[in-house]
Amino acid sequence: MKPAPSVILFSTLSGLGFGFLALLGLGLIATQGWPAFFHWAFGYAFAVGGLLSSTFHLGHPERAWRAFSQWRSSWLSREGVAAVATLLILAPQALSDWLGLGWGQGFGVLGAVGCAATVLCTGMIYAQLKTVPRWHHWTVPVTYIAFSLTGGLILAGSGLWAAVACLGLGGLLAYGWRIGDSAFARAGVDLASATGLSGLGRPQVFEQPHTGGNYLMREMIFTVGRRHAAKLRVIALVLAAGIPALATLVLPVLPALILGGAAHLAGAMAQRWLFFAEAEHVVGLYYGRMSGNS
Amino acid sequence: MTCLPAHTDKKLGLVVDLDTCVGCQACVTACKGWNDQGYGAALSDQDPYGADPSGTFLNRVHSYQVTPHDGGTAKIVNFPRSCLHCEDAPCVTVCPTGASYKRSEDGIVLVNEDACIGCGLCAWACPYGAREMDAEAQVMKKCTLCVDRIYNENLPEEDREPACVRTCPTGARHFGDFADPDSTVSKLTRDRGGVPLMPQLGTKPVNRYLPPRPKDRPEEASLLAPLLDIKAQGLAGWLDRMLGKLD
Repeated sequence: MKPAPSVILFSTLSGLGFGFLALLGLGLIATQGWPAFFHWAFGYAFAVGGLLSSTFHLGHPERAWRAFSQWRSSWLSREGVAAVATLLILAPQALSDWLGLGWGQGFGVLGAVGCAATVLCTGMIYAQLKTVPRWHHWTVPVTYIAFSLTGGLILAGSGLWAAVACLGLGGLLAYGWRIGDSAFARAGVDLASATGLSGLGRPQVFEQPHTGGNYLMREMIFTVGRRHAAKLRVIALVLAAGIPALATLVLPVLPALILGGAAHLAGAMAQRWLFFAEAEHVVGLYYGRMSGNS
Repeated sequence: MTCLPAHTDKKLGLVVDLDTCVGCQACVTACKGWNDQGYGAALSDQDPYGADPSGTFLNRVHSYQVTPHDGGTAKIVNFPRSCLHCEDAPCVTVCPTGASYKRSEDGIVLVNEDACIGCGLCAWACPYGAREMDAEAQVMKKCTLCVDRIYNENLPEEDREPACVRTCPTGARHFGDFADPDSTVSKLTRDRGGVPLMPQLGTKPVNRYLPPRPKDRPEEASLLAPLLDIKAQGLAGWLDRMLGKLD
């Protein structure tokens, strides 16, 4: 699948933002007054900035409001509804923390649940697709949530907890990649079942249906960069989990936060790029793509 | 609403006969031609006469070489690929805006282009590559089963079928109602063992493909064998007998 920069930015930034907002909502980052204002503003900036960048890849961003209507069937619609609802629910908590209004933690806790729901919806947009076997697995939404939580904990300067989360994230990534590599084969689709020609014999592409490119090939049969997949996996693992874990354990809070946070975000982007670039869509079968060797 | 209808009165769709399709691409051009002039945004082309032409098509004809399992002669199968108007269409339920829908009266899957935000998720959800985003209009295009032909009383009755079906010179495409067991498409599917594509993905496609009849088997006697077994007569016959005795 084509790794659209706007979607990579969206899912990494908003994931990080919602993770940080959830911790603020739960009161695990205790702040008051102006520090509280800046903490909340930071979380909102990431979450809202990410959401806005997601509209850049739309053909008609001016119609984006329509995406709030189909929450009954569509995970993408649910994500939009959950994101906006969460940001609204958390607002009173932010105000209360900033101005010392003493409204308790109710809005915050509810908002934290909303954060988790939003990130879950993001993951389910991909995990629901049977057409991309690598994505059609429980590790996908769990990885999205793990990224969100780990990023939040790193930015919260929570030391040991952040290191533990990094360890969990690293393990999950390694497991996800291992499972993902055989996902296409497990899905049991090949050119024979795609064409219904299995009874006749073994089909191979004789000639492509068109000599130029088309939307399907550009969008879903993206293969650039799979050659470097193994290197990118190591880079993603080291940046997203390794360096932040070490930084939070070894360095003082502020340098750990800056170095760990920056490394984690870069690692998250590398992982997200791979997430798209390595994912193979079954439509590639019609064009002669086979799992793993293209 | 992007929830699927629990039941559709009709199940309109196509039967594609892979035995008779010659891969002439007439259905591709007829489809492009018809869908350039009426329903929704026109199917655009980018750089059509340049070095890197590209465009939106709702129908593509692939060409496959099929080697028989028992090692006989490989054969070419032309394979037109378009929307299968699935009963359990994943492209419909993923749509966040309600632009994608399946009609409860006849089962046709359509896009309301005025509500499409061009997110592309429906194209990702389709296993068959039936949806292409138009680069000019920035909305999702797909086969409408020529909904603006099949019910169009301004057209002569014989033209009230999809453009691809109407134009096919070998009669390899058939249009009809799969919910009616006596329709041509239902009978063809029964008689010729019509198959759905990638049934394991649970989309329940309506369209069916008729597998090619087995032929080109070298070990099987030709249907023309009796005609080919010619006995030489007269002088040729005498020569044949004489030459036969030499070895």
